Amino acid sequence: MSDTGLSSSSRATPMLAVRNLTKEYRSGGGALAVLRNVSFDIAAGETVAIVGPSGSGKTTLLGLLAGLDTPTSGNVLLEGLDLAPLDEDARARLRGDRVGFVFQSFQLVPTLTALENVQVPLELRGIRDSDARAKDLLERVGLGPRTHHFPTQLSGGEQQRVAIARAFVNRPRVLFADEPTGNLDGATGEKIVGLLEQLNREDGTTIVLVTHDQQLARRLGRSIRLADGVVIEDTGAKQREIAEAVA
Amino acid sequence: MNAAALGPRFPWRRLPALAWKESRTARRRLLLYMSSISLGVAALVAIDSFADNLTKSVREQSRSLLGGDASLTSRAEPTAAADSLVDSLGKSGMTIAKVVQFPSMAAITGTGNTRLVQVRGVTNTYPLYGDVITEPAAAFTRIRTEHAAIVDPGLLISLNAQVGDSVSLGYSTFVIAGTLKQVPGDAGFVSIVGPRVFISTQWLDETRLLSFGSRASYETLLKMPPTIQAPDWAKKNKAAFDKLKLRVRTAAQSEANVTEAIDTLGSFLGLVGLVALLLGGIGVASGVHAFIRRKQETIAVLRCLGATSGQVLLVYGLQAALMGLAGAAAGAALGVAIQLALPGVVKEMLPVDVTVSLSPTAILSGLGVGIWVALAFALRPLVGVRNISPLQVLRTEVDASARLPWYKDWRGLLVTLGIVASVLALAITRADGIKPGLAISGAIALVLLLLLGSASLLMWLARRLLRAGWPYVMRQGVANLYRPANQTRSVVLSLGFGAFLVSTLYLLQTSLLARFSVDAAASGGNVLFYDVQDDQGAGMDTIIANAGQKLIQRVPIVTMRLSEVKGVPVKTAQAAAEKLKKAPWPYTREYRSTYRDTLVKSETMMSGKWFDKAPAAPAGMSRVSIDESIAEDLLIKVGDMLTWNVQGAMVKTVVASTRKVNFARFEPNFFVVFETEALKEAPKQFAVIANVTGDSAVAALQRDVVRKYPNVSSLDITLITRTITNILDKVSSAIRFMALFALIMGVPVLISAVAATRRERLREGVLLKVLGATRAQIGRIMVSEYAVLGLLGAFAGMLLGIAGAWSLAHFQFKAPFVMAWGPTLAIAGLLLGITILVGVLTGREVFRETPMAALRES
Repeated sequence: MSDTGLSSSSRATPMLAVRNLTKEYRSGGGALAVLRNVSFDIAAGETVAIVGPSGSGKTTLLGLLAGLDTPTSGNVLLEGLDLAPLDEDARARLRGDRVGFVFQSFQLVPTLTALENVQVPLELRGIRDSDARAKDLLERVGLGPRTHHFPTQLSGGEQQRVAIARAFVNRPRVLFADEPTGNLDGATGEKIVGLLEQLNREDGTTIVLVTHDQQLARRLGRSIRLADGVVIEDTGAKQREIAEAVA
Repeated sequence: MNAAALGPRFPWRRLPALAWKESRTARRRLLLYMSSISLGVAALVAIDSFADNLTKSVREQSRSLLGGDASLTSRAEPTAAADSLVDSLGKSGMTIAKVVQFPSMAAITGTGNTRLVQVRGVTNTYPLYGDVITEPAAAFTRIRTEHAAIVDPGLLISLNAQVGDSVSLGYSTFVIAGTLKQVPGDAGFVSIVGPRVFISTQWLDETRLLSFGSRASYETLLKMPPTIQAPDWAKKNKAAFDKLKLRVRTAAQSEANVTEAIDTLGSFLGLVGLVALLLGGIGVASGVHAFIRRKQETIAVLRCLGATSGQVLLVYGLQAALMGLAGAAAGAALGVAIQLALPGVVKEMLPVDVTVSLSPTAILSGLGVGIWVALAFALRPLVGVRNISPLQVLRTEVDASARLPWYKDWRGLLVTLGIVASVLALAITRADGIKPGLAISGAIALVLLLLLGSASLLMWLARRLLRAGWPYVMRQGVANLYRPANQTRSVVLSLGFGAFLVSTLYLLQTSLLARFSVDAAASGGNVLFYDVQDDQGAGMDTIIANAGQKLIQRVPIVTMRLSEVKGVPVKTAQAAAEKLKKAPWPYTREYRSTYRDTLVKSETMMSGKWFDKAPAAPAGMSRVSIDESIAEDLLIKVGDMLTWNVQGAMVKTVVASTRKVNFARFEPNFFVVFETEALKEAPKQFAVIANVTGDSAVAALQRDVVRKYPNVSSLDITLITRTITNILDKVSSAIRFMALFALIMGVPVLISAVAATRRERLREGVLLKVLGATRAQIGRIMVSEYAVLGLLGAFAGMLLGIAGAWSLAHFQFKAPFVMAWGPTLAIAGLLLGITILVGVLTGREVFRETPMAALRES
């Protein structure tokens, strides 16, 4: 998987800029802070793993980055655009335009065929001739012959490949993946990671991936480690320090 | 390895507690599904309880219903022989009361305001049972000694009069001593058409209203000593009474007649209730299906923890039973509340005072049937819990291939068989017989099959017709109709069945009531004068002309009886016809016939030719035209002979034609029309129709006529039309209430049907949001899907409803079917709107929840 040139990313507008992000949930009488004052930048084309133990706030962070939820305080800027003032529909439009998703539990629409699932993001944007692009992506993920199967008729690995094809169909600027290999056996997981790498290479998509899998995290260019809702390690920051020192 | 080595079993006795605890978060939802049956139970309890109360009240008041232990009635003044028979009854220890009833004009002295009334002349012994309740209280006794009358309060209002004023009846005048509050055996609405005026029989002659041709009925009421049993007595003496043309009735007979009418009405309404309950059953099945889908993970966990499939079934079966009991109990309570309110609403329509009391049989049977239907229908989805594998803890997607095909699922088949048997048993018990029960079950099954067929057709069409060129949201909505986990069948079934029920009820009402609709403008006149004697005809013409009003028609009326049919004495002909199940009354009735040379607007020729074109009658005979239904009962056709007894003179006739007569039109219509020459010289009366403009002009003309000819009665047709419309409106409101009830009942059923696939819809909606769909796009997808579902369900139900109402009107009620497109389409449109609303409201969580929360849940 390619790593981006850090020197260039530090100067250009970051793909994602996270500033003092805090998320609290009401629990019983008080507030439970799941994320506290998290800040970092992710450059365009970068591949980042968010790691940490269960309950450290990884999935919450991913949801906030993708605009699936709103923070208690702080900001997320996607290509310089602040998500905070956007209402739900505006965030949805932004997702449809620039963001792709891959989930641990695949999250395919069970009532749609593989091909239809892949077409959905294009259809929602009003793109009519979505057939060719969706079929091409299904071919690229090795599901050419299974385009008309419903999710229940596909294996876990196949479902995840459909999800990846769907995530890339609208040429997203950034792809968020939540434990994409979590529900798959080792060999299938390996294939999925290979596929993500390939698509990142071909389309230059920024990838942000939440995982428990240390081996998978090491294959990415950068990892951000969370514990108890705060960033305790960011390999990108280290590299930046080194680069600045060298400069 | 023996069973004990497997470890201890989950103890069965702990299951009820587990079921209760496990239901903690879902009770409200399950109760909502179970409430589908509440309204059905309410309908059954209310109808059965009220019928029970009514029957009991009729039994208690049967004597006052008839007015005595027995009654003797005749349409003509009793002969001397009949009078002496009645006298002899009096001497044998019976108490006798006589009632003479006839229509007449009443005029208030002073103002001269007039109105057509029903005069009731009663003897001092009347009433034999019960009391005539009046205002002031003792007023009724005054008519026994004074020249006094007791009248309906409505008469005073319409004639702008008050107690103490004088009222003229014919050639006699009476002081109004009080108003009627209650008359034993009379329903309140009796007074709407013609207000009642009670006077003593001793003044009847003075009125000179019982002259030639008057339409009076004579009734003798009998109170018997305890030693005589009225039914036996009536049976023993029937032949003697027949000979004297007296009709005998006993209190038991009148009770039986009323009870039978209540039973018929009760079983018709009960069937509507039953069908509603079955609709509720479908709602329960859909709701429990949805409930079980939500519980899939929990069930898998219970199975992992060692619960057997039977135990799991029991846990959820217990929950369903408990909520079914709650739903049925709520329904029973509502039913009792409706029962308590009913007597107040229908008071005017009933001949007896209904004493309201709780009917334990009706309540218990309603509860029992409700719980039974709820459980039978809930069991269908519940048996599916046996198929939920513990493996689903690990993988929630169900492998379709692992499920048994329906024909191998013997448990499911057994439950289905149980449901069919339950429906059959309920229909047979409710319809009072195997044949009608089977017919009703068959009709219900046919409707369900047709609706399922329509749903399948819709799915097939949606698949075939879907075009890539359509907007995405529409394509997505329409495609949801045939995709896996679609809700097409369940929604179309429940919605269509509801629409069917409502449309059938509404259209049947329209068809039945259309028979009574009045066409006042038909004759071109609005005031009808009758009982105009032969020598008063020309005078009437003058009065109308002097008042500046238009005389439309002066119709001669000649009274007569049949003497011979096709040369056979009428009694012999009647006996022969009765063997062929023909009605006896056309042989025995008094005919009021007319003569004229032209056909009128309310008549259509059916066979033969009108007098101007028909062949001449044989010598010594005249030609007649007969109403086709009478011709059918008399077993005669064109060319047959009829001999008439016209007040003693025998008139031989030949049938020249048959006509269809629209008797609903307010103008003098006749079964038999003679050619003019035949009856010109016969003793006759006239009916006169005038067209009078302005309400006050009508009253003035009526006043003028009564002043000159007190024996002449008149009908303000506009008033009658208004009165009949009022009565019809009341009946319509009652039926509309039932239709509305059925409509409301459909809502929880629809909610249950939609809930069955709610999870899939929610998940899909949230995912679409994650993938960039706006709320408006999701809303439009939902609306497209529910709009198509609603359209199909409502309109398929409507078409089936039209077919159902047509069949019922045609085969059961023998009434012509009248289509009311406007209201029927409005019902379908309303149901379509409700479907979209229920669909969007059920899926509103898609709009409420953040995509993140939903994704975490999944």
